[in-house]
Amino acid sequence: MLLNRFDYKFDFMGKRHIAVALSAILMAISLGSLFMQGLVFGIDFTGGTLVEVGYSQPAELEGIRKTLHENGFPDAVVQHFGTSHDVLIRLGVHEESKEDPLSSRILRLLQKGDEGVKMRRVEYVGPQIGSELVEKGGLAVIYTLIGILIYVGFRFEYRFAIGAVAALIHDTLIVVGFFSLLGLEFNLTVLAAVLAVIGYSLNDTIVVFDRIRENFIKLRKQPSVNVMNISINQMLGRTVMTSVTTALVLIVLFIFGGELIHGFSMALLLGVIIGTYSSIYIASASALALGLSKADLMPVQKEGAEKQAKPFEW
Amino acid sequence: MNQYPLWKYLLIAAVIFVCTLYALPNIFGEDPAVQISPAYARDMKIDQAVQDTAVAELKNANISFIRVDRTENHLLLRFKDTDTQLNAYSVLKEALPKYVVAQNLAPATPDWLRALGGQPMYLGLDLRGGVHFLMQVDMETAIRQDEETYIGELRSLFREKKLRYKGINRVVAGGGGIQVSFANIDIGAQAKKLVEKQYDDLVITEINGVDEYRLHLTFTEKALKENRQNALEQNITTLRNRVNELGVSEPVIQRQGEERIVVQLPGVQDTARAKEILGATATLEFRLVAEDDDQLGARSYKRRDGTPVMLKRRVIATGDQIADAAATIDQRSGRPAAVVRLDNKGAKRMLMTTRKNVGKPMAVVFIEYHIETKMVDDKPVTTRAKTEEVINVATIQEEFGKNFQITGLTSSEANNLALLLRAGALKAPMEIIEERTIGPSLGQENIDLGLLSIMLGFVTVMLFMLMRYKTFGMVANFALLMNVVILVALLSLLQATLTLPGMAGIVLTLGMAVDANVLIFEKIREEIANGNSPQNSINVGYEKAFVTIFDANLTTLIAAVMLFGFGTGPIKGFAITLSLGIITSMFTAIMGTRGVINFFYGGKKLAKLPV
Repeated sequence: MLLNRFDYKFDFMGKRHIAVALSAILMAISLGSLFMQGLVFGIDFTGGTLVEVGYSQPAELEGIRKTLHENGFPDAVVQHFGTSHDVLIRLGVHEESKEDPLSSRILRLLQKGDEGVKMRRVEYVGPQIGSELVEKGGLAVIYTLIGILIYVGFRFEYRFAIGAVAALIHDTLIVVGFFSLLGLEFNLTVLAAVLAVIGYSLNDTIVVFDRIRENFIKLRKQPSVNVMNISINQMLGRTVMTSVTTALVLIVLFIFGGELIHGFSMALLLGVIIGTYSSIYIASASALALGLSKADLMPVQKEGAEKQAKPFEW
Repeated sequence: MNQYPLWKYLLIAAVIFVCTLYALPNIFGEDPAVQISPAYARDMKIDQAVQDTAVAELKNANISFIRVDRTENHLLLRFKDTDTQLNAYSVLKEALPKYVVAQNLAPATPDWLRALGGQPMYLGLDLRGGVHFLMQVDMETAIRQDEETYIGELRSLFREKKLRYKGINRVVAGGGGIQVSFANIDIGAQAKKLVEKQYDDLVITEINGVDEYRLHLTFTEKALKENRQNALEQNITTLRNRVNELGVSEPVIQRQGEERIVVQLPGVQDTARAKEILGATATLEFRLVAEDDDQLGARSYKRRDGTPVMLKRRVIATGDQIADAAATIDQRSGRPAAVVRLDNKGAKRMLMTTRKNVGKPMAVVFIEYHIETKMVDDKPVTTRAKTEEVINVATIQEEFGKNFQITGLTSSEANNLALLLRAGALKAPMEIIEERTIGPSLGQENIDLGLLSIMLGFVTVMLFMLMRYKTFGMVANFALLMNVVILVALLSLLQATLTLPGMAGIVLTLGMAVDANVLIFEKIREEIANGNSPQNSINVGYEKAFVTIFDANLTTLIAAVMLFGFGTGPIKGFAITLSLGIITSMFTAIMGTRGVINFFYGGKKLAKLPV
C-alpha cells in the first residue's frame, strides 16, 4: 500500500460534520437516558446485600421468589446468574444480626425447598460505603481527566489536550449512557472498566496526535484539514490492527471470563470501539474546530524537534 | 547497522532467565495442608514433642502425609488430597486441643526454588475463597470511654485533695467533654489549677453560673488524635488475637484510613462464627453489690431475668485486666463456667476488696456494645447502644486474687467469653460496613475462567499478529509471551494480590502490549514503502515509534495509577496488573523484539523484510 504523501485514501475530516452530528445524537441519547432513567447501580454504590447460591439442578426462580417474598424479604430481586443453576438474590438494606446473619437466614429458607443449595458468594455493603464510593469514583474520573489534560497540554499543545479530553468525555458518556439505556447493572468493576477505557481511548488519541504533530511540520504547505486527513490515513493500519486485537481479546473475555466480569468486559469492548472512533473524529475534529494550525506548533516544535530527533536509544 | 553490543543481548537474556525462574513457582500448584500453631496468650512452643505427637497420631489413624515442616511458630503437614487433609484435620484437632489447628493450602514450590526466594502469586479472596470484612471503629464511643475513665480519675483526685465538688458528669450534647461543678469559685479555682498541672491533654473552660462555678473539660486536638490512633491500634491487636483463636492461616488485618480496619480470612466459610467473634465487644466488670444506705455511690443494673440490683459505682476489676481465661465445668454444680486469671494490678485490687468484704455479695456485669447504621430518609443514621447485664451475683466465701471462676453462663457463652477475654477487649465497638464472602468452588471457577481467557486471548492475538506481520509477528509473539512471564514474575516477587479483575487486566495488556509492536512494524512498512533500505527502515521504525509509544503508554499509566488510588480489593488488582503490564510491555515490545531482530537481521545485506 503505497501512499503518496499528499494523497489520502479516506476523507475522514471531510465527513467530520456527519460524525460530529452522530456523536451529538449519541451523547444526547446517553444524557437523556441518564436523566430519565438513571443508572441501575450495583450494591457497591447503593448498599445492601447480594447473595449468590448454586443449585444442583436448574433452579425455579418463581418458587425462590415466592419463598423469599413470603418470609420477610418482599424486596428480594431474584435472577439467574450465568447459568440456570446459579441464582443471584439482591436485597435492600435489611436489619442484620450478629448471631444470625442475613445470608444464613436466606440459605435456610432456600434449603427448605432444596437440600442441595450451596452458598457461593455473599456481598454486603453498608450505606456509608456506597455514598463514599460514588464520590470517590467520580473524583477518580475527574482527577484522571485533569491529569491527562495537564500531560497532553504539556507534551503537545492545549488544543490537543482539549481535543483529547473532549474525546474522553464523549467516550465515557456514551459507555455510561449505554449501560443506562439497556438497564445493565453499573457496579464497581464497570466503573474500573470506564477508567480503563479512558486510558485506552487516550492511548489511541495520542498516537494519532503524534502523527498530526509530525506532519504539521513536514507538510508545511498543506491546509490543516489535509494534514489531519493524511495523518489519520497513515495511522489507519495501526489503529485497525490494535483495535481489532484488543477487541478480539475482550470478546474472548466477554464469552469465557464468567458472569462476574461480564459488565466489565462489556464496558471495555464498547469503550474500545467508541474510543477508536473518537480518536479519529472527536479528538482531531475538536482540535481543528479550536483553530489548531501549523503556526501553533512551529515555534514550540523547533525546540522539541531537536530533542526528539534523537530519542532514547533502545 | 542494527547491532546490539553484547551486553544488551546478555541483559535481555538475563532478564528472561531470572523472570522465568521467579514465574516458575506458579506452575507447581498447592498442597492441601494442616497447620498447627500455638494459641494466643499461652506459653506454648512448637517443638519436636508436638511434631512427634502429630506424626504418631496420624500413623495411628493410618493417614499418610507428604512432608512435615516445622518452624518456631508453626508445624505444617502436607497431604496428597483434600479428603486426607480433612481426616487428618479432625484427628489432629482432637489430639492437640490446646493448639490452633487450621486447614491450609501450602504452595508446593520445590525446595531449591524456595531457597532462592521463589513463591507463587498471592491470590485474592475472589480466587481462593474466604471472607473479607471492612469494619468501622466507632470513635465516638472510644472517646466517650476515655472521658469516663477521666471522670473516675478526677473523682479520686478531688477526693484525695479534699476538694468538694457538687457534681461531675459527661456532657452529652454538642462537642461532649466533662463538666465539673463546684459550690463556689474558690474551690473551683483550686481544682482548675490542679487539673491544669496534672493533665496537659485537657482544655479547660470556666463557666460562671448563678450559684455555682463550673469547669468544662475537653480533650485537646492532639489528645483526641492520639486517642483515636490508640483505639484503632488496640482494636487491630485485639482482632489479630481473635483471628489467631479462630485458627485461620494467612489472615490479613490492616488499617484503612483513619478509622477503618480490613480483615481478610482466606478459606473461612462460617461467616456467622467469624462475625460473632470479630465484632463482639463483650467485656466484664466486677462490682460489689451496694449496701442499702449507700444510694449515692450506687447504680441500678438489671439481672438476666430482668429484676433490678443495685451495684457500687466503684469497679473492682475490668475485662482488660484479665490475663487468661478458659471455659470449664464447675466442679460443684456441674454447670458451664469460665476460669479467669487476673493480671497483677487486677489481682491486687481483687485481693484487697475481697479481704475486706468476706460474706458480702459480688456481681459480674457483662457489657456489650451495639452499633448499627441504617438509612433514614436516605441519610445514614448511626445508633449506639450499650447493654449491661448482671450475669451472676455470688457471696464472697473467702478472699481471693488472681484466679477465680465465673458461673451463670451457658456452655457456648462460656466458650465465647473465655475466647474474648483471652484475646482482649476491643477499645471501641466496630460495625461491619462491608462484607464479601466467596465460596471455595466459586474461587476455583474464577481461576479456571481467568486462565482460559488469558490462554484464548493469547492464541487470538498470536494468530492475528502472525497473519499480518509474518516473521516479525512471530518475534512480537515471543515478546508477548515474555511479557506475561515477566508480569507473573513481578507479581510473584512483589506478592501483589492477584484478583479476577487482575486476570482481566492481564488479558487486556495482551491486547494493548502488541500495540507497541504494531506501531513499530507499521512504521517500518511505511519506511520501506517510501523507498528506504531494509536496515534503515528497521532503525527509523524503532526510533520514530518510540516517542509515540512512550507518550501513549504514559497517559494510560496515569489512568491506571488513578484507578489504583481509588479502588478497593479486586479493582486494585486490576490497576496493578494493568500498570505493571504497561511497564513490562515497554521492555519486551521495544528492547526485546529489537534484540531478536538485531540478532537475526542486524548487519546483514537484506533485499526485503518479512514484515
